[in-house]
Amino acid sequence: MAKTLFDRIWESHVVAERPGEPALLYVDLHLIHEVTSAQAFDGLRMSGRKVRRPDLSVATMDHNVPTEDGPIRDPLARAQLEALRRNCEEFGVPLYATGSGREGIVHVIGPELGLTQPGMTIVCGDSHTSTHGAFGTLAFGIGTSEVEHVMATQTLPQRKPKSMRLLFEGELPFGVTAKDVILGAIGRIGVSGGVGHVVEYAGEVVRGLSMESRMTICNMSIEAGARAGMIGPDDTTYAYLEGRPAAPTGAEWERALDRWRELASDEDAEFDRDVAIDVRELAPQVTWGTNPGMVTSVDGTVPDPGDYDDPDEREAAERALAYMALEPGTAIREITLDRVFIGSCTNARIEDLRTAAAVVAGKRVHEGVRAMVVPGSATVKAQAEEEGLDRVFEAAGFEWRRAGCSMCLGMNPDILAPGERCASTSNRNFEGRQGARGRTHLVSPAMAAAAALEGHFVDIRDYALAPVA
Amino acid sequence: MRPFKSVTSRAAVLDRADVDTDQIMPKQFLKRIERTGFAEFLFYDWAKDPEFELNRPEARGAKILLTGRNFGCGSSREHAPWGLQEWGFEAIVAPSFGDIFRTNCVKIGLVPIVLPQEQVKALMAAPDELTVDLEGQTVGPYSFEFDSFERHCLLEGLDDIGRALQHEDQIAAFEAAHPQRFATTKL
Repeated sequence: MAKTLFDRIWESHVVAERPGEPALLYVDLHLIHEVTSAQAFDGLRMSGRKVRRPDLSVATMDHNVPTEDGPIRDPLARAQLEALRRNCEEFGVPLYATGSGREGIVHVIGPELGLTQPGMTIVCGDSHTSTHGAFGTLAFGIGTSEVEHVMATQTLPQRKPKSMRLLFEGELPFGVTAKDVILGAIGRIGVSGGVGHVVEYAGEVVRGLSMESRMTICNMSIEAGARAGMIGPDDTTYAYLEGRPAAPTGAEWERALDRWRELASDEDAEFDRDVAIDVRELAPQVTWGTNPGMVTSVDGTVPDPGDYDDPDEREAAERALAYMALEPGTAIREITLDRVFIGSCTNARIEDLRTAAAVVAGKRVHEGVRAMVVPGSATVKAQAEEEGLDRVFEAAGFEWRRAGCSMCLGMNPDILAPGERCASTSNRNFEGRQGARGRTHLVSPAMAAAAALEGHFVDIRDYALAPVA
Repeated sequence: MRPFKSVTSRAAVLDRADVDTDQIMPKQFLKRIERTGFAEFLFYDWAKDPEFELNRPEARGAKILLTGRNFGCGSSREHAPWGLQEWGFEAIVAPSFGDIFRTNCVKIGLVPIVLPQEQVKALMAAPDELTVDLEGQTVGPYSFEFDSFERHCLLEGLDDIGRALQHEDQIAAFEAAHPQRFATTKL
């Protein structure tokens, strides 16, 4: 029978399966960060258990870390990071702590170190674990009880989710990026459109995307409610992986390639759900509301809640507009901004920073805007600095920060003040996500960069792209 | 985990769709390294409004939450179900749940029940006394589907990890048959 990539990964990881019970699935890689692990380590201690496979686990510090130099002032953040350090030491889990040179957002460092490899199962106590699906892995977020389960057993009991294919048709128009593709897709299928499903993104557009862009797409699978997102591996995947610290070498590399080339979904494989989206119709996207499905084109307007037929949706739109302080009918391009954030596990890899730098090179951030760039990892930061991107950003008036989750979720000093409005390359525009009463508009790095210069949203398609000096 | 058979109580009504875990337990409270102490921060920002649904006198003492579709979407933070459970909820009834949130609830014995939207709305209209019966698989007059294995674990209060460790031989055999790709400890 024809199989999907998801079927293949699933079947090759079932350790045990009893009738009527969920399958026990083996976990190839467990990623750990400070926020969702402390109580799991405590659980192990209380029951006298060990981390079964510290050699298949890796931890980093990302959510709480300040992105400016200097000590951690918040005592709770410090205690949580300290707990991670202690726990990793006690249980033998390798930790990339702040200052190690390999720290960064957990979903940026996994791929960067070559730990994320096709055909693997990867979990982390973090919903954006779906990012790793870009390499043809089954990668999903779990809660703290499950984190403890993986630590103790290197497995997870799982019912097999349904499968869904999102087929992107046509070629990407000028100025439309991976971020716009995924935001457009979420706008189309809704924030619960993927619930219970593992989504495979397919189509020629996807084949043409870099690994960074594929990660942006898979990253936001959870914003469509999906259990995971994935993309079949190809030469782009292998080229990205080759030579990375954890990637196989020599004859092992050749054998790995042979295995990885067998993973792709069969041509005639059937999915429980199949959705096609024509990307030729896509324009750069901007969210106007308080979930990522509340999104429209940059040349559009803020919708009128009265236009919604469904009473729940109408009420949600009304509540969102009140929170966002937006009037129906306002042109997206007329929305003015106080802050711009370029960062997060969605858009803080080197390609994202290059794109943003190309937009701002030789220009100045608008006087009413405070803008910052936060690289996704220490490695991305170092590479950007080697390429001179930091100087481009700083010359334009951007703050250039140290790696971390930063203002994506406001668990560290980088937050919006109440009422501030931000163009953000992150993944969630939930109420208060970037700071209590802060207002978030999700956009691509190029759109965020252009908005920083103009003080309001602009259509990047009309905006001259200057090469980096 | 405490076994759960059924609960009868007044239900609290939060008739909103797509309530994300950032609202249920905002990020500033995720810095705690304990598993308890989250109830007072439940819906922290919304709860500042005295009119907020859970602030109403009729919500007091409710052990059942009736709410909208896609409840618990977004972040994987288990702190959200911890807070709901500590506040006093034993069961949540909604047209659908975020996947990770739903799993987190099951793992801690907070029972997530899916009913069609119109049935949830009907229950919301008369929340004064409601019985959620996991053994009989009913909420008030309605019956619901529930994963049979998860139901068994909830009814018995079974520990997942202990169960998985009964498969130790199979886990070890799997590991022996699948040579590892790398050791994170040696990078």
